[in-house]
Amino acid sequence: MRKFLQEFGRYSMLMGRVFARPENRKMVWKQVPVEMVKLGTDSIILVAIISIFMGVIMTMQVVLNTENPLLPRYTTGLMLRDTYLLEFSSTIMCLLLAGKVGSNIASELGSMRVSEQIDALEIMGINSANYLIFPKIMGLVLFMPVLVTLCTGLGLLGGMGVAKFTSLITVDNFVYGLQYAFIPFYFTYSVIKSIFFGFVIASISSFYGYYANGGAIAVGQASTNAVVKSSIMMLLMDIVLTDIMLT
Amino acid sequence: MIEVLDINKSFEGKKILHDISANFYDGKVNQIIGPSGSGKTVLMKCVIGLHIAEDGQILYDGRDILNMRKDEIKKLRREVGMLFQGSALFDSLTVIENVLFPLEMFSSMTKIEKEKRAIFCLERVNLLEDKHKLYPSEISGGMQKRVAIARAIALNPKYLFCDEPNSGLDPVTSLVIDKLIKEITQEYDITTIVNTHDMNSIMETGDHIILIRDGHKTWEGSKDDIFKSDNESLQDFVFASQLFKTIKTVHNNN
Ligand SMILES: Nc1ncnc2c1ncn2[C@@H]1O[C@H](COP(=O)(O)OP(=O)(O)OP(=O)(O)O)[C@@H](O)[C@H]1O
Ligand SMILES: [Mg+2]
Repeated sequence: MRKFLQEFGRYSMLMGRVFARPENRKMVWKQVPVEMVKLGTDSIILVAIISIFMGVIMTMQVVLNTENPLLPRYTTGLMLRDTYLLEFSSTIMCLLLAGKVGSNIASELGSMRVSEQIDALEIMGINSANYLIFPKIMGLVLFMPVLVTLCTGLGLLGGMGVAKFTSLITVDNFVYGLQYAFIPFYFTYSVIKSIFFGFVIASISSFYGYYANGGAIAVGQASTNAVVKSSIMMLLMDIVLTDIMLT
Repeated sequence: MIEVLDINKSFEGKKILHDISANFYDGKVNQIIGPSGSGKTVLMKCVIGLHIAEDGQILYDGRDILNMRKDEIKKLRREVGMLFQGSALFDSLTVIENVLFPLEMFSSMTKIEKEKRAIFCLERVNLLEDKHKLYPSEISGGMQKRVAIARAIALNPKYLFCDEPNSGLDPVTSLVIDKLIKEITQEYDITTIVNTHDMNSIMETGDHIILIRDGHKTWEGSKDDIFKSDNESLQDFVFASQLFKTIKTVHNNN
């Protein structure tokens, strides 16, 4: 517990430095699109593949496991839509991103620390936390809505594919389910959640990478810590956000 | 000139530096020498303010870095260049972008002037045009050191810190780097502080030398004093190798 509080204190102080006024605003903002490409657009393929496949698989599972004439015909489409909107496109996708983006951030910053590149920035009188971490957080957070939309869209498309190319369910029934009792706020909810999660992934991973101390082993440790701790924080936050926004 | 007065530093209760006082002069290569683990890097990082010394004073031409506000330290940093033990070049930037970096950050020059300045610095360390567009991982260790020097002098520093500038280099390349540091120091009247345990560079460039052993300052002098001094800890350090024992015998017989 004490260790947790200590780490939390250090994390908060780091965030204070990250959001301090930069020495050269233009140079820092110039890095934001660079990070957006590295952390965001480079994740599109991963997100796309997983969303489509999970959409296909989930649709098949739902159809196969609910072969009950008493269930209404909208079951499959509705279940797929709400699962994607409520949890999959934000929480599950972000857990995947934590693995990819989190370890990428932590190992990049960790090796910069170990090879004294961070010290080199400090010596130049640059707030290294701000220069290195701020663009990563902004880049990921700003790109999150794109990923969520893509994830939901492709997941539902996967389900549609099942309806179209197999005899498990008719397209009519599937689409009817998709449109049944649609609550637009669920999409907003999902985007808001993903923004929080993007912040958690980028900031926690940066924290572990930035304070990596030692040699190559420390960098490895930092990236493990980044993935594990940001995943846990995300799940805890999911409970809180769901509680606040949906109840 | 940088004056260090009675500084101490501990890590987790373990005392690393004991009451160190020293002067580092303008236009001279000031060396901090001593065996591995004696505290050279810690001392240097304390002087720069990357580590915070526990007490004492560190005066940069009279300005005490230990009593400065954060923004004053930042301003002072613009007068400081540093060469790190492992070069510490930004590996996502090319050679020329590395040298441009401090200029982009802080100088009010136009784009063309900045580029001119970067090219001038790179040529000053004898790195020709064909290397400018390469990434640090694509050039040799000696070249990386030279790029790091170019980056360190880009903003015309008053103070230059070099942590073991020739670690990992062959004797010939080491000599080139040592000479470069010395020339630049004299040319621009910089207060240069160099950490080293390399006897070659000590004998080559040591204008003013401080010996650190186990966190204590045990000797101070110039390279010419080394053979004259009978300081025990200096003797231990310098004449550890057969080569220097022989040189000393020859020196004394003359
Ligand atoms: N951040 C730190 N935390 C704890 N102890 C440290 C830290 N930095 C250095 N030390 C300790 O301080 C002592 C001196 O280290 P320092 O790096 O200054 O040696 P050095 O003289 O530069 O050696 P070398 O020639 O090998 O670079 C060592 O015992 C080291 O373990
Ligand atoms: Mg050292």
